[in-house]
Amino acid sequence: MGRKLLLEHVGKPGIQGLEGYRANGGYRSVEKALRTLTPEAVLEEVKKSGLRGRGGAGFPTGMKWSFMAKPPGVPRYLVVNADESEPGTFKDRYLMERIPHLLVEGMITASFALGANVSYIYIRGEYFYIHRILERAIGEARAAGWLGKNILGSGFDHEIHVQIGAGAYICGEETALLESLEGKRGNPRIKPPFPAVKGLYDCPTVVNNVETIAAVVPIINDGGEEYAKIGVGKSTGTKLISAGGNIKRPGVYEIELGLPCEEFLNSDEWCGGVEGRALKAVVPGGSSVPIVPAELFFKTAKFEPRLMTYESLADGGFQTGTMLGSGGFYAYNDAQCIVRSTWNHTRFYHHESCGQCSPCREGTGWMEKVLHRLEHGHGRMDDIDLLWDIQKRIEGNTICPLGDAAAWPVASAIRHFRDEFEFHATHPTKVKDPKHFEKEPFVRKPKPVEA
Amino acid sequence: MGATIKAITRTEGTAPFAFSESALAECRTIIARYPEGRGKSALLPILHIAQAENDGWLSVDAMDAVAQLLGLRHIEVYEVASFYSMFNLHPVGRHVLEVCQTTPCMLRGSDDIVAHVEKRLGIHAGETTKDGLFTLKTVECLGSCGTAPMLQCGAKYHEDLTPAKVDALIETLRNEPTRNNYTDR
Ligand SMILES: Cc1cc2nc3c(=O)[nH]c(=O)nc-3n(C[C@H](O)[C@H](O)[C@H](O)COP(=O)(O)O)c2cc1C
Ligand code: SF4
Ligand code: FES
Repeated sequence: MGRKLLLEHVGKPGIQGLEGYRANGGYRSVEKALRTLTPEAVLEEVKKSGLRGRGGAGFPTGMKWSFMAKPPGVPRYLVVNADESEPGTFKDRYLMERIPHLLVEGMITASFALGANVSYIYIRGEYFYIHRILERAIGEARAAGWLGKNILGSGFDHEIHVQIGAGAYICGEETALLESLEGKRGNPRIKPPFPAVKGLYDCPTVVNNVETIAAVVPIINDGGEEYAKIGVGKSTGTKLISAGGNIKRPGVYEIELGLPCEEFLNSDEWCGGVEGRALKAVVPGGSSVPIVPAELFFKTAKFEPRLMTYESLADGGFQTGTMLGSGGFYAYNDAQCIVRSTWNHTRFYHHESCGQCSPCREGTGWMEKVLHRLEHGHGRMDDIDLLWDIQKRIEGNTICPLGDAAAWPVASAIRHFRDEFEFHATHPTKVKDPKHFEKEPFVRKPKPVEA
Repeated sequence: MGATIKAITRTEGTAPFAFSESALAECRTIIARYPEGRGKSALLPILHIAQAENDGWLSVDAMDAVAQLLGLRHIEVYEVASFYSMFNLHPVGRHVLEVCQTTPCMLRGSDDIVAHVEKRLGIHAGETTKDGLFTLKTVECLGSCGTAPMLQCGAKYHEDLTPAKVDALIETLRNEPTRNNYTDR
């Protein structure tokens, strides 16, 4: 059993309410921070913990906080990113639904460190029922004096508001989120300036993922050094992984970073193995990260066991590696078609492109069209090079990383599964049946890996 | 979405729109959450309320009422309403079934669920049944991939779907006289 820092108390009676949460040690981090620590000392603990942003990019949280500009007389904001729209990711929903006070507590402690008197949770509109759970938790916290003026007599004031989105993946990108929170279309801003200097209402702002802010609670309770003892190298602490796809035990799991990938997939404590058939491929960190074939998920190109850490999953770069991303994990069995799934991924990015940059707006649409025709038996051999060319022209040429996120799934699918794309061009009648690999899986010749 | 153009057009025979008293009170509470002069921040939550009060969609009248309430130009409301996929700019059925079709759901059989609903209701995704009871929408990942396939109807998630479960849900909804909205109204 791994250690659990966030989900330890989930499922205990009354844990969703303030009383039950308090009975299990809730709000200790607020007491400790406001009574015994300075904001600088809280920041120091977060730095020591090595915590990295859990929203996808893995940027060190302590460093992000230390960039917060502090011009006198200007308000500062903490904005929690609860947009959670990265396909495959459902961990924040789980956390907010099962233990909402953990997020509220983390926000108060983090805001104390940041000097923010108002913070917002931006939650995707579809999570409407969770919005209500959060409002209830915030109401309880306010009534008990954990929010409001002069909390615990410390002189620190804090208010939390929940803002609801309305269906747009791009609003998970931090600057699009801020635009949306200001009541506008979710068009990402050009950076710099970064939100830490000019964020919400042009004021210094930190945007953090739900899980990142929740992790501040155990970090302050036990100290940053204790937290940093868990994990491997620069991947410290625990991570929530939402596991889905063709596995026996889908769900949200809290793992200690450093767990071997093979154990995570096959152990009955976690995914419980692949459902029914053989494992074909894995997307370990949400749809934006490269897809990897089974053998490269278990072992790196150097034949070392792959671990669930930021570094190990990325080992080998995009040639043989992938990314931990948001922890939105899904596995493919051998009945699945990579061309079909790549078409589906690309359709998603085309739909979700905000439309500001031509390479992203047009390129995602072109890729969708080409993939559609390949998957439906109207493709040509040239289409594979065409797709490669389009994705390359999107990557790195856009305002925000959605362009890259649309390019990577296509590039990695072609890189590792090119023969399957060729099969589609050469077997049009066969692939017209949408379940073409169900009876007769496609047998791939694994490419020899250059060490 | 941004890249997909949604046209703003007046729908013939649309009822005029006015916020109810309780909705106005809720709108005022929402506006108070933001700093002085930042009332525009309330636009998304208030559009949700307007949609709930207008049979599940935003008519031009409803959007204009929102613009007036927040002191915005009409275009500021239209450009936002047309950007976000949860805002319907045309009338919808009483029950809107939103089936997730994104990859993790596809791996667990969402294509079959979409096909089943289409056959069962005799409509394609994006259409409304003639009796006005059901609209079928395909949507992107709803953060429920571990319990896929799934659909959302109003605020409620229906997970681990099978064709039989879908049939039972449709039968239940058929007898439900009121719309399931995202908001509490
Ligand atoms: C297209 C796109 C979508 C994103 N969606 C999310 C999201 O849903 N939730 C999230 O926390 N971060 C998301 N991010 C990352 C955010 O921009 C930002 O890096 C993150 O919220 C920072 O928090 P962290 O440092 O705690 O990870 C997204 C980024 C991009 C480019
Ligand atoms: S990359 Fe795509 S989503 Fe990002 S700003 Fe450009 S068009 Fe919009
Ligand atoms: S892919 Fe359907 S809920 Fe995530």
